[in-house]
Amino acid sequence: MSHVDSLIREPLILGKDKTYGQITTDIVRNTEGNPPREWWFAFGIALIGLLLYVVAVSWTIFKGIGVWGLQKTVNWAWDITNFVWWVGIGHAGTLISAVLLLFRQKWRTGINRAAEAMTIFAVICAGQFPLIHMGRIWQGFFIFPYANTRGPLWVNFNSPLLWDVFAISTYFTVSCLFWYSGLMPDFATIRDRATSAKRKYIYNILSFGWRGTAKQWSRFESLSLILAGLSTPLVLSVHTIVSFDFATSVIPGWHTTIFPPYFVAGAIFSGFAMVQTLMLIARKVQKLEDYITIAHIESMNKVIVLTGSIVGIAYITELFIAWYSGYLYEQYAFYNRAFGDYYWAYWSMMTCNVLSPQLFWFKKFRRSIFVSFVMSIFVNIGMWFERFVIIVTSLHKDFLVSSWNYFSPTWVDMAIFVGSLGLFFTLFLIFARTFPVIAIAEVKAIFSSISEAAQEKHRKEHNH
Amino acid sequence: MNKGKIEHKNYVYGIYSHEDNFLHAIDEIRAEGVEIDDAYSPFPVHGIDDKLGIKETQLHSAGFVLGLTGTFTALGVITWITTVNYPTMFGGKPFWSLPAFIPITFELTVLMAAVGMFFVYIKRNELFPGKIPMMVDERTTDDKFALAFGIDDKSESEIANIKNLLSKSGAEEVNTKSFE
Repeated sequence: MSHVDSLIREPLILGKDKTYGQITTDIVRNTEGNPPREWWFAFGIALIGLLLYVVAVSWTIFKGIGVWGLQKTVNWAWDITNFVWWVGIGHAGTLISAVLLLFRQKWRTGINRAAEAMTIFAVICAGQFPLIHMGRIWQGFFIFPYANTRGPLWVNFNSPLLWDVFAISTYFTVSCLFWYSGLMPDFATIRDRATSAKRKYIYNILSFGWRGTAKQWSRFESLSLILAGLSTPLVLSVHTIVSFDFATSVIPGWHTTIFPPYFVAGAIFSGFAMVQTLMLIARKVQKLEDYITIAHIESMNKVIVLTGSIVGIAYITELFIAWYSGYLYEQYAFYNRAFGDYYWAYWSMMTCNVLSPQLFWFKKFRRSIFVSFVMSIFVNIGMWFERFVIIVTSLHKDFLVSSWNYFSPTWVDMAIFVGSLGLFFTLFLIFARTFPVIAIAEVKAIFSSISEAAQEKHRKEHNH
Repeated sequence: MNKGKIEHKNYVYGIYSHEDNFLHAIDEIRAEGVEIDDAYSPFPVHGIDDKLGIKETQLHSAGFVLGLTGTFTALGVITWITTVNYPTMFGGKPFWSLPAFIPITFELTVLMAAVGMFFVYIKRNELFPGKIPMMVDERTTDDKFALAFGIDDKSESEIANIKNLLSKSGAEEVNTKSFE
């Protein structure tokens, strides 16, 4: 039997006269008819970004990675910064759908669909960087251990770079399956509302012919739960392995055991910030304020302040351990981060990631849309700087003073980064117009327990 | 095109608007000794499996077996490569160093369990791109719940009894549907 959660709980679906039918209409409406002018405008800008990306990447492949600002000393810079940044952003989706599912957090249902989509698009962006930074992308398939005719010649199974190949590709595949299995019933909802035969046909293919019988739902729930159980350690493993790329190399500033938890917390932090940015725009443009409520925004802000503080503790622990190690090179690496040539990057990172999110200890700020939006942008910037600081400041002053160098990006570096945002937003905007942005079936499943309409009905019936 | 597996050609079904009525109706109808062939709902209704007597799915067992396959595939292949086919010294470490193999073994376990389970899932749920869904009523993916009874092997009086039970249990509409 359905039961109403405590009446003093903040409802997660607003609207006193909401019905199941209304939920369908509110969400599916955004995929019907012609997109509004704002959408075309945003899509146009995103396409320009994508074009820039294609041009800059083509130029890189044509000329070689010498067109970037890399040199002998700083031989990894924006490419890997962008990679880690995008992978980090790609962590929130699965975290929201998997970890919050296991913890039975109902507020997950309003945002999980879009967050998972964001995850997939962010991982698509991330995956480009290891490929293009190889220089000879046409030999990219060498990274896979496949039986070959070059004598027995295999990849190095002791290398974190190979672990990364497996981690990222597994993460991408599993995220796609998780996302798609949840989408099938919602595509069926769109299909059964469709008025034109063509639309019905397309959405039926997408829905895999979903019927919605009790037995299908029973397997559906079982699959979601097990995929959530598998994705939870997976999501933690992916950024752990990304951090191994650095932590297992013997470079002061990288060679630290704190990296895995520190990177995972940072990934969740940046991922939630990106979800926040996108959701604040989507709820407004697509009129979804009843489903992505202030309560959802506040919950995300709580995760942001928690993970931001974990990241802050990690920064301070690093400094302490560098001092405590008594190891000169380690000490210098951290002194150089804070007060060396890249001090501006370090302090931007500290301000955006550690100081500013502390505002969220105050309820007023957590529930303010304006503050949430500004903060989400701050965190996105801060987390990009975090990766830049870790990568470039650990490299630019190496063991030989004569080879110390300063890294400056070229236009190609910058165009690839800005262009990857274009790629991301192109994909996201297409998603926002053709897919159900909110998990319709899951929102309906919590409707009778924690919606304003259900609470209102309960109050009327019991009238106390 | 693929047609969904359907046991009967003709169905009688009742439509409900609220999940509470829908769940009550299942109890009432089954108490009369009439079996329900299909229950349609727009979302997973909590507790419906017990009421309908649906056995718990074995999907997780499939996931476990497939996951183990992944574990052993990864460990086996890596072991063969690093000790037999291509033993190479990296920084003086042993050829077979288990800790270094754990990340890939873990990833392959998850990958095989997830991918395999997804395919078992779409197979068991008879889902396939382009499949035509055999549903008694299209509104059940929006805001209605339906209980359906196959009537090909039922007599007139049995059908009348089902229809009667449906209306008595609070169904808002009692309709028939025939699949070609």
